[in-house]
Amino acid sequence: MRIHFKTTYEQDIRLFPDLWTACVYGALILLAFALPYLINEFYVGEVTNVLIWAIAGLGLMLLTGQTGQASLGHAAFLAIGCYTNTILIEQGLPFIIAFPLAGVITGVVGAIIAIPALRLHGIYLAIATIALSILADDIIVLLEPWTGGVSGKFPEMISIFGFEIERWTMPTRFYYLVLVVTIICTLFYRNLLRSPLGRAFAAVRDSEVSATAMGVHIARTKATAFGLSCMITGWAGALMGYYAGTFNNETFSIVISITLLMMIVIGGLGSIHGAFFGAVVVAFLPQGLSILKDGLIGGGVAIPGLETGVFGMILILFILFEPMGIYGRWLKIRIWFELFPFARKDMFRRQKSYLKTERLR
Amino acid sequence: MSLLEIKNATLKFGGVVAVNDLSFSVEEGEVYAIVGPNGAGKSTVFNLISRFYEPYAGEFTFDGQNLLDRAPDEVADLGIARTFQNIELFDHATVLQNLLVGRHRHRKSTLIEELFFAPRVRAEEHRHREAVEEVIDFLDLQPYRNKMIAGLPYGVRKVVELGRALASGPRLLLLDEPASGLSVEETQDMRWWIDDIRKQMGITVLMVEHDMGLVSGVSDRVLALADGAKLAEGTPAEVQSNPAVIEAYLGAGAV
Repeated sequence: MRIHFKTTYEQDIRLFPDLWTACVYGALILLAFALPYLINEFYVGEVTNVLIWAIAGLGLMLLTGQTGQASLGHAAFLAIGCYTNTILIEQGLPFIIAFPLAGVITGVVGAIIAIPALRLHGIYLAIATIALSILADDIIVLLEPWTGGVSGKFPEMISIFGFEIERWTMPTRFYYLVLVVTIICTLFYRNLLRSPLGRAFAAVRDSEVSATAMGVHIARTKATAFGLSCMITGWAGALMGYYAGTFNNETFSIVISITLLMMIVIGGLGSIHGAFFGAVVVAFLPQGLSILKDGLIGGGVAIPGLETGVFGMILILFILFEPMGIYGRWLKIRIWFELFPFARKDMFRRQKSYLKTERLR
Repeated sequence: MSLLEIKNATLKFGGVVAVNDLSFSVEEGEVYAIVGPNGAGKSTVFNLISRFYEPYAGEFTFDGQNLLDRAPDEVADLGIARTFQNIELFDHATVLQNLLVGRHRHRKSTLIEELFFAPRVRAEEHRHREAVEEVIDFLDLQPYRNKMIAGLPYGVRKVVELGRALASGPRLLLLDEPASGLSVEETQDMRWWIDDIRKQMGITVLMVEHDMGLVSGVSDRVLALADGAKLAEGTPAEVQSNPAVIEAYLGAGAV
């Protein structure tokens, strides 16, 4: 067990608490950058998918894990980010401006939608946001001149100062682009956590009355959280568009919203790690299942609904036995080793999930 | 001029009159206690001052400014901090983070600066930490600094809540039953702290409390409420011996 002997406030404020942690994450980033040289292109593509889901997960985590507002409408914001980015580039804006702008526009739209929606609490908010997911589909069809309607759109090749990036022909370049966006989003998240606004988010999540008494404007804070969450989600959406290569009104369906929410619950609500762990499960589960199925009963047999079924079962098991998700389990294992042999079975009895669906106010 | 002045405050919930034509004022630098049987409207008065409830009638003035012009989240900016009867802490955060939320009214950094953690945010964080560390020293919270609230015993949570209110650097501190659920020693600590808050920090304290030992120990003036109306006001000894107060607590014929 490492003992932190603190001599300055900076030790609590800086990104990593000590040199060891900094080295671990540094090594992780190095590994991520070296990855295309270590594995073949197919798996680089798969890891890219994990990272895109992780960005979307970070977006929703900021809202649900950090601020305590459930949303089942985030597929709509993925769609807004994706379409805005593509349309802006078609209008002649370079990628380097269109992409950040797409996120910001999604964020602003999110914040505007949030103002009426966030008067609702818990499960009612979840229901209201489902409507967003369903509406998005129809709105995309109705806005056919811009969105291409049912026939959909193809994103143009990315060009950053003449440097071309394309998902299918150059998966490694696309991987690096996604990796950089992931790192930036993670840094934003981390910076928020250590500044007053991040603490205000947690305050709103845990007790609205006392947050108000401390001078936190609840509605404004929630709308900011929604906006920031949608901004990150918008970037993930734009990247998803490139990753898929083509998208239409059905790409960002309500199933994506539900998957996203399940993903952060499985990963562990309220932690950055949780978004990444959850993304690994979501992105690799279909592959893992099909490999497993091929091994067990042969590739020819199709089992409809297998993926959804297994995913649902995993979710139920997590909610029953590990409400803190994979990250919570990981913490427990680590503490068990750190305290060995003094860890007790009931040490984590008081744990509770962040999502207060039952509590209305 | 009094620091806090309440004139003819009335609050009705439907047909129930929770606060009935109540007037009192709190002077700068004093400890003012509100006592009364359950349901007398003590916490309601606090919620009126915090602007959680809209009064039916009445004037609320803090340091010459009309409180009724302020939204609930702007009350803290005036320098009014409060604690709650049923502890309202941020359970999934550490003691340190809870106290830092108390500093929220001093936030100067903007969203963009915080996203990039600009140098100004860092400098502000240092200043907030310094203020919070002073509170931690004052309330002896050092052992709990990095502990999650969810795992702390009740007595410590009560102190953390007091700390969070103090961290905001208030001029008026509203304490809603600071000693409820505390042991004898903890109540004794609370009494010393309230004394020090007034004497060392120069903060005016308005508190609701049932423990008459604590009330008579620290407060300069006491207001007795019953059914939302003023029953008696004066020094602790005066109020305790007031026949109307004894009747409200023990019933008619007890005197």
